[in-house]
Amino acid sequence: MIEKPVLIRDDGLRHDGRKPEDLRPIKMQVGILKNADGSAYVEYGKTKVVAAVYGPREVHPRHLALPDRALIRCRYHMAPFSTSDRKSPAPSRREIELSKVIREALEAVIFSELYPRTSIDIFIEVLQADGGTRTTGLTAASLALADAGIPMRDLIAGVAVGKVDGVLVLDIDEVEDEYGEADMPIGYAASIDEIMLLQLNGVLTPEEFKKAIELAKEGARKIYDQMKKTLHDKYLKIIEK
Amino acid sequence: MSLTPTKQPIIPRIKRETIKSLIRSGERIDGRKPEEYRKIQVWLNPVPKAEGSALVKLGDTTVMTGTKLEIGTPFSDRPDEGVLQVHAEFVPLASPSFEPGPPDENAIEAARVVDRCLREPRAVKLEDLVIIPGKKVWLVFNDIYLLDHDGNVIDASMLSTMLALNMAKIPKIVSIEDDNVIIDKSIKERPLPINLNVVTVSIGILEGYMIVDPTLEEEIVLDTKIVIGVDEKGRIVGIQKTGMEGIKPSQLDDIIELALKKAQELHAILREVLNNPNAYTTPLVLQ
Repeated sequence: MIEKPVLIRDDGLRHDGRKPEDLRPIKMQVGILKNADGSAYVEYGKTKVVAAVYGPREVHPRHLALPDRALIRCRYHMAPFSTSDRKSPAPSRREIELSKVIREALEAVIFSELYPRTSIDIFIEVLQADGGTRTTGLTAASLALADAGIPMRDLIAGVAVGKVDGVLVLDIDEVEDEYGEADMPIGYAASIDEIMLLQLNGVLTPEEFKKAIELAKEGARKIYDQMKKTLHDKYLKIIEK
Repeated sequence: MSLTPTKQPIIPRIKRETIKSLIRSGERIDGRKPEEYRKIQVWLNPVPKAEGSALVKLGDTTVMTGTKLEIGTPFSDRPDEGVLQVHAEFVPLASPSFEPGPPDENAIEAARVVDRCLREPRAVKLEDLVIIPGKKVWLVFNDIYLLDHDGNVIDASMLSTMLALNMAKIPKIVSIEDDNVIIDKSIKERPLPINLNVVTVSIGILEGYMIVDPTLEEEIVLDTKIVIGVDEKGRIVGIQKTGMEGIKPSQLDDIIELALKKAQELHAILREVLNNPNAYTTPLVLQ
């Protein structure tokens, strides 16, 4: 067995030199794919995710169509080469669960009633996994939906708060997830102030939970601002052209 | 791929409105209070062939969990621990909307939430389940069987799994030759070592109103639902938000407070059952 690494150093910084409330360097780009109606590429540190949206389009198979709203389909998937040991491309139980929680988060913001009898298909591919893949995926999916021009109540920014060596830290990476005591991913729609995705894998006291939510909201707000800027810059470029 | 549910039971609009307006006025369609669980009935060891088993009825939701113990190899990154697994089957006899086939996303989610809530606080003493370090350990399989679906499957699943684990007895090891372990399942040697009990509390939210233990009809009408795992020490050991609407962060404090309060009641029920196991051996079904 591999020894547990030092997660909080003597100087109070994390193993990669971040302060507890620091995010990893985050990169975002929209409209990166030609075929998709909307697409986005997002990096949280070494985690790299691409998301694409097709739709609203005709539903196949047709019997799944809903008379009063769009059918939303979502697939979260990890590439076989995204992890240190090759991951089987068949969907795992984890991927099936995460596809569900990400879909439910997005259902809460999409105005699906505007597109009855259609489907909106959201595909999330994790290209490299280094912790926080579901939250990176949710951010990317939300950007791709906006890029596709699908009306939404708000954007959702995903971020995870963790507890490592007894300290609450923002945006945990793989090492912190693996050796830490808790991992709490959230999806936060900052303008309407609603939590769309919330999970906790680990043990927290009620007081720690409250602090973790505050930390997550702060982090999500920063990511949310960057998402808005990314979309804004895209249209600015179009105008300049 | 996960898709918007298309096969939910149909509830007439008038009934939906009734359920909603009752919740808004602090009442429930079945006469319960917002913070009241349905009647909980327990039958311990309904399946003696399993190393441990329990059947739990939460109102009309019926869940059976069987715990099976087998010899196997540990995970390479955890050579000094037994292996805990949780699976759930939503079999077609439980609801007109279930179909045969591999577990769907709801069954997988339920199993994984129960699994996390047991694993994270180390509810089962896995380090006591090693036979030959790195080579042979006990594998603890928990199979959750939903027999009748009337909402709040996760709380019922967690209760039945916790009881099945508590009832489980480890079979006798007859001999160990080289790496070959021979067991005699007819002789039960010791109880499965448990560190602490865990329960989950499911809270439904409609327009900011909170109800616990929603029935299936209520679940369909609710905005969203949040499942909170709480251990004996009052710590939060897992959370899962499900459902297609958001939650106001300002409401989370009330949600957690309610969950901690209801968890104490569920822990008291578990203690009462486990302190008098012989009082809970009366069959609950097929009688």
